[in-house]
Amino acid sequence: MRHTLSVTVENEPGVLSRVAGLFSGRGFNIESLNVAPTLEEGVSHMTIITNGDEHIVEQIVKQLRKLVTVIKVVDLIEHSSVEREMVLIKVNAEDAKRAEILRIVDIFRCKVVDVSVDELSIEVTGDHGKIEALINLLGRFGIKEVARTGTVAMKRALQV
Amino acid sequence: MELTGAQIFLECLKKEGVDVVFGFPGGAVIDIYDELPNYPFKHILVRHEQGAIHAADGYARATGDVGVCLVTSGPGATNTVTGIATAYMDSIPVVIFTGQVPTPLIGNDAFQEVDIVGITRPCTKHNYLVKDIKDLAYTVRQAFYLARTGRPGPVLVDLPKDIMQQKFEFEWPEDVSLRSYSPNLTPHARQIKKVAKLIEGAERPLIYAGGGVISSGAEDELTWLAKSLNIPVTATLMGLGAFPGDDPLWLGMLGMHGTYAANMAINNADLVLAIGARFDDRVTGKVSTFAPKATLVHIDIDPTSIQKNVAVHVPLVADCKSALSALKSEMEPNLDSIDWEVAHAVWVRQVQEWSETHPLRYKKSDTDYIKPQRVVEKVYEISKGEAIVATEVGQNQMWAAQFYKFKRSKSFLSSGGLGTMGFGFPAAIGAQMAFPDKLVVNIAGDGSIQMNIQEMMTAVCNNLPVKIVILNNGYLGMVRQWQELFYNCNYSETCMDAQPDFVKLAEAYGAAGYRVTEEKDLEPILKEAFSNGKPTIIDVRVDPEENVYPMVPAGASLTEMLLV
Ligand SMILES: Cc1ncc(C[n+]2csc(CCOP(=O)(O)OP(=O)(O)O)c2C)c(N)n1
Repeated sequence: MRHTLSVTVENEPGVLSRVAGLFSGRGFNIESLNVAPTLEEGVSHMTIITNGDEHIVEQIVKQLRKLVTVIKVVDLIEHSSVEREMVLIKVNAEDAKRAEILRIVDIFRCKVVDVSVDELSIEVTGDHGKIEALINLLGRFGIKEVARTGTVAMKRALQV
Repeated sequence: MELTGAQIFLECLKKEGVDVVFGFPGGAVIDIYDELPNYPFKHILVRHEQGAIHAADGYARATGDVGVCLVTSGPGATNTVTGIATAYMDSIPVVIFTGQVPTPLIGNDAFQEVDIVGITRPCTKHNYLVKDIKDLAYTVRQAFYLARTGRPGPVLVDLPKDIMQQKFEFEWPEDVSLRSYSPNLTPHARQIKKVAKLIEGAERPLIYAGGGVISSGAEDELTWLAKSLNIPVTATLMGLGAFPGDDPLWLGMLGMHGTYAANMAINNADLVLAIGARFDDRVTGKVSTFAPKATLVHIDIDPTSIQKNVAVHVPLVADCKSALSALKSEMEPNLDSIDWEVAHAVWVRQVQEWSETHPLRYKKSDTDYIKPQRVVEKVYEISKGEAIVATEVGQNQMWAAQFYKFKRSKSFLSSGGLGTMGFGFPAAIGAQMAFPDKLVVNIAGDGSIQMNIQEMMTAVCNNLPVKIVILNNGYLGMVRQWQELFYNCNYSETCMDAQPDFVKLAEAYGAAGYRVTEEKDLEPILKEAFSNGKPTIIDVRVDPEENVYPMVPAGASLTEMLLV
């Protein structure tokens, strides 16, 4: 099961390696890990995508909470949340295929950020499902390169 | 007034009430050593940094206070890693101060530079590199606070040399507040009620106590619970001494080398109260058959140890002492409503019968060899159970755990989680430092003792009359036992018959040495050795092929014990 963990940490040197080291040292899976400062000084936010059964994810959450530099851990699977990832995709685009690719870009509301004779570079932002779908669709044209940011996520505001 | 970093550091130790530091100097900490003579605490100069960290650990285990260790950068720091991991696995509060190269050189592969914060990240509760003298006092304060609160553990502080030389105003931070750290100490009231109900309904309850009982100081509460409610008690290696070893409700240790009674009791109990224990694989055997008939209650301060290895029915995150006090308050008012003697009479009779039919025992020697178990029994008799006993790792450790009846907590010092050979002797030195007038005995194997034997010089220099009883079997005995039982007697590299003359070795250090080869000499020599006032080695030649029983083969169920 795929879990998105939203982790608030003290922005201190070594905090990333503490978290990453916890995963590698205990044999936990890490699919993506994203970290950047928040508006609050000295505090950073991490989004960690991991997978494992309930038991493993429970351990991961507890072990993260045990780290002295970790302020808060929320497993977003228990909440309604917004998730986004940004991906750059460089895809083969000879003249014959170009129109079709551009149509897909349009449907998916992506942006073309670089063009050459036989390639297009596309920027896409979306949740996991959208990104997987796009990569799938573009796959048959031949993807030359992908650069992904990894997912960032936050809990949705309370809906009344 | 402005003080140097070194002075600030030492002022902090003074404020923390430190009275002994175990250490070894070097270039990166020379400024601290330069100031050291001006401060009131004692510094014990060890002969190897591994000795310093184990001694600080032994001091902490014997006193319950934080142990302190100070070493230089690079090799000094890396020499402590085994000891840090040892303390980490057993949740022992120690603070390790390592020197570091000056901040401008960090990351440049400078002379004696090593990223000790990186190296020890997975085996410390937390660690720090002090990069600014402004943070020094607060960091030291935090380190002690973290080491001793919540689930205790080792904390390392890396001190760059230039920071020790800079000057700054010393101000002691009275309060520590860490928004990301707040151990949950008090138990949930509803859970306590639930546990009380479960105890009232149980016919075959059993207490399984671990090191957490000792580190939280919950021995009295545990004893109250067991005795008032007539519940038998077993413990892990780390829990030995938490409950009096001569009490009729005591079953002995459980697990791989646990007693028949303890392992059968776990197998038949309908309620198991696991208190400050973590269901280690050496304890549970095959997890799927552990305590198969029981409702499991687990009290532990560390949420990560709950549900980690075994699914428990009633988890209770709290300090063991607070939890047991709460349980006592909950149950005490209605104590008379149930006749607890009667309620558990059949069960207690049953477990005691197991103890009687299958006591810890060993075959009397059919040769002239002295039995190692006999040696431990003699140490127990002569010390009247009042000694602090440290052990090395291997058969010696298990025989000490089995045959010395620990009456008090903090009197058994052993590397449980990591199983570190070479731990016992320096740990004994640390304990002797804390209790100069007590008898401190290190029960050792001939293999393990050679791992930190250099600390004999430390003991001699500081007049620490630690007694080392070597159960000398000429083998790496515990490994040989596995080879015999599970590897077809292929004794690959476990024969250690090429040995130093331990008596002469002791004498070379200025300590006393004795050799015992016949059982009739055992008692008189131990008696003499225990009262000679000197660090002493007693080299006892024991049956080379004696094994530790009972034994549950790794991965088997606790009831599948190999018996004598
Ligand atoms: C540092 C370290 N290295 C290796 C081991 C593996 N080991 C566990 S018990 C043991 C044998 C110990 O032999 P000895 O000290 O002679 O004690 P005995 O078992 O004979 O009592 C060994 C090698 C260990 N526990 N620690």
